[in-house]
Amino acid sequence: MTSEMLATILISMLGGAIRVSTPFMFVALGETLTEKSGRINLGLEGNLILGAMVAYAVSYQTGSPWLGVLAAGFSGVFLGLMHGVICSLPRVNDIAVGIAMMSFGTGIAFFFGKPYIQPSAPRLDGLPLGGWTDDSALAQALDINPLFFVGIAVAFVMWWALANTRIGLIVRMTGDSEASARAMGVEPYKVRIMSTAVGGFLAGVGGAFLSLSYPGSWNEGLSSGQGLMAVALVIFARWHPLRCIVAALLFGAAGALGPALQSVGISAGYYFFNAAPYILTLFIMIASARATSSARGAPGELSIVK
Amino acid sequence: MSLSAAPEQTTLHPPGAKRAISLETVGMTKIFGSLVALEDVSITVEAGEFHALLGENGAGKSTLVKCIMGFYQPTRGQLMINGHEATIRHPKDASAAGVGMVYQHFTLVPCLTAAENMVITRTDVPAVIDWKKEVAGLEAFMEGMPFRVPLNRLVSDLSAGEKQKLEILRQLYLDERFLILDEPTSVLTPAESDEVLGLLRQMTEAGDITILMITHKFREVSAFADRVSVLRRGRYVGGGAVSELSTNEMSRMMIGEAEIRKSAERDMTVTSPTSLTLSGVVVAGSEGKAAVDHVDLTVQGGEIVGIAGVSGNGQSELVEALAGQRPMTGGSVAINGEPFDCSRGAYHKFKVFGLPEEPLRNAAVRRMSVAENIAFRSFDKPPLASLGWWLKPSEMRTKAAGLIERYRVKTPSPETPIENLSGGNVQRAILARELSHEVNVLVVANPCFGLDFASVAEIRAQIMDQRNNGAAVLLVSEDLDEVLELSDRVAVMSEGRITHVASAAKADRNTIGKYMAGH
Repeated sequence: MTSEMLATILISMLGGAIRVSTPFMFVALGETLTEKSGRINLGLEGNLILGAMVAYAVSYQTGSPWLGVLAAGFSGVFLGLMHGVICSLPRVNDIAVGIAMMSFGTGIAFFFGKPYIQPSAPRLDGLPLGGWTDDSALAQALDINPLFFVGIAVAFVMWWALANTRIGLIVRMTGDSEASARAMGVEPYKVRIMSTAVGGFLAGVGGAFLSLSYPGSWNEGLSSGQGLMAVALVIFARWHPLRCIVAALLFGAAGALGPALQSVGISAGYYFFNAAPYILTLFIMIASARATSSARGAPGELSIVK
Repeated sequence: MSLSAAPEQTTLHPPGAKRAISLETVGMTKIFGSLVALEDVSITVEAGEFHALLGENGAGKSTLVKCIMGFYQPTRGQLMINGHEATIRHPKDASAAGVGMVYQHFTLVPCLTAAENMVITRTDVPAVIDWKKEVAGLEAFMEGMPFRVPLNRLVSDLSAGEKQKLEILRQLYLDERFLILDEPTSVLTPAESDEVLGLLRQMTEAGDITILMITHKFREVSAFADRVSVLRRGRYVGGGAVSELSTNEMSRMMIGEAEIRKSAERDMTVTSPTSLTLSGVVVAGSEGKAAVDHVDLTVQGGEIVGIAGVSGNGQSELVEALAGQRPMTGGSVAINGEPFDCSRGAYHKFKVFGLPEEPLRNAAVRRMSVAENIAFRSFDKPPLASLGWWLKPSEMRTKAAGLIERYRVKTPSPETPIENLSGGNVQRAILARELSHEVNVLVVANPCFGLDFASVAEIRAQIMDQRNNGAAVLLVSEDLDEVLELSDRVAVMSEGRITHVASAAKADRNTIGKYMAGH
């Protein structure tokens, strides 16, 4: 392998990491917020797919992709609120509801999305940050979608807000000790419904990225379990918004491995390299399940921790 | 009220500082359905007083303070604060009136720092918190306090004593001037208890706060309280200045005329070939550190070895390991010189029995019936089963019915789910299961936690009976008095190690207290 090939692989992995990581980042941030409040929403895969469909449809109908992004967010709020409210009923298990919501979100997305598979909707434009370089591959890698930066900004805002705002402290308190929250007059189910709804919004926006930027079209095979992998990613990031960025980039780079190798003509084991994110998920789950100390950051009220 | 508009007096206290407040309950009654939990209780706590509320479990102490705090609405009766009628419908109202409570179970949030825990309790937290300002304010507040807690550490990293101090500091930070403390010393070492209570006592003497402390420890009442009120079965049965009451008088008020089974005599002539030997036992804790760190201990037949220690120093992990609930990462256990692997088979073979702490969680299946729970040891052995798998429910019921009667377990029927029984009756059902056989080794953990006097005496007598019959008994208890009363030898456990062993006859509270504190 020449150094030129290596450079090509690295550049296309960089570009791939940025592109592929964006939906991971949004879903993981949404899940982080939800889990910080003491709930697990496994249904974010549903939010992602419904968000992708809604964003594409709205963008096609109105001609404004940003309006599509907003609509995708609100479709996520709808699913999040539904999850939050159902889980607040007595003796309802959030994991079971999450799986049901995943099927529900996917189902309505496919049902209403059928007419939008063929037409082409206006997409989100990237920011051409690679104008300074003559290397066309690098320039292409640096053509970055604004949503990537929005995701990073959201992570910083969430990190700051969890530590420095009243709402942030209340969310963390509810997630860690329901009894304390009640003792302070906070109603845990309200906090959790709101957190799940906001988390759902973020996951919906992540879906909009899938259909409006990369891969950039609406079809039924659009998400391949990114929503579920993002939940694993939250554990890897130990419920920390900034670590979510790093984790999402890592998963993104793993996802870009197959296409990057293919771009330099290495197609042997293409499907194997495409499976890299899944394998990574598996190893992360094993590693994080083994190290008891990694459970320290886990909110105390999560049903998997109790 | 127009009190705040009154001109400030120049005193030693900063202007605007609130002073201790007085509180009075008048004919407080609380009825739940057909149960009268509290009947016509009138107590008066003067401003600046250290008042003890004494009573057994179920005597109505918690109901009374919950009525004061606004968790419950009293069926009848009135609350007076500083001589005025006060209506408290919610804990928030109590807080606004200057009444705060420190609960027995910590209400701190483990993943927040001490500072975050203090600030979030305030009712006027701004939407965006200026940490620089808040921390400066907290530090200034801490300056004036008798004890301190590191502000920027996570609560989960604080010791139990620091958490208890933080709970108290938090109430003072909220400017509560009437503090209700619910058994505040249950997680503290004797020295820590004396420190905290002594400092609070100084604050009451200075007239800064009033304290109402729920307790069942006579020693603390005698040492720190000005006056005491005693409740029994929901009624006020006596009280007065502590200086005029002897411990005997107080305990008679508390227990009443109920007959208490005398503690069984310690038979000094028992000899038994049984022995339980722990050599270098290591048990990993939840944080990766060793919770039990190379414990060596031998218990002879006819002997009770009591392990004293502040909760959270590895006792639970040791008992769980012996019960087979937690793997041992090192060392070994032998009974009569033969290796013991903590499996059900070995339990049966060596006749090992156990009473773990919180029996409903550790020794019972909540939703299974009392009869089934009693049969856990023998359900797959004759006569309750043929061939080891064909169970006979009718035999099981008959056997359970016999044991329920013998051990006076109060249950509607043997078919009732065990979770519907009261704590004392669950404990009795488990005792019936564990002690109705020949016992060689008995492992007991906090057997009397939360039980009333009659049950406590009965359970202690049963443990002593087993010792007198030649069983080797390992008793783990957070109640030092219990350990000293029952044991032949006392071992102190601190940070996972046995740091001190002494014969109970020669043991001295202060020495044991020092070892408990890790010195």
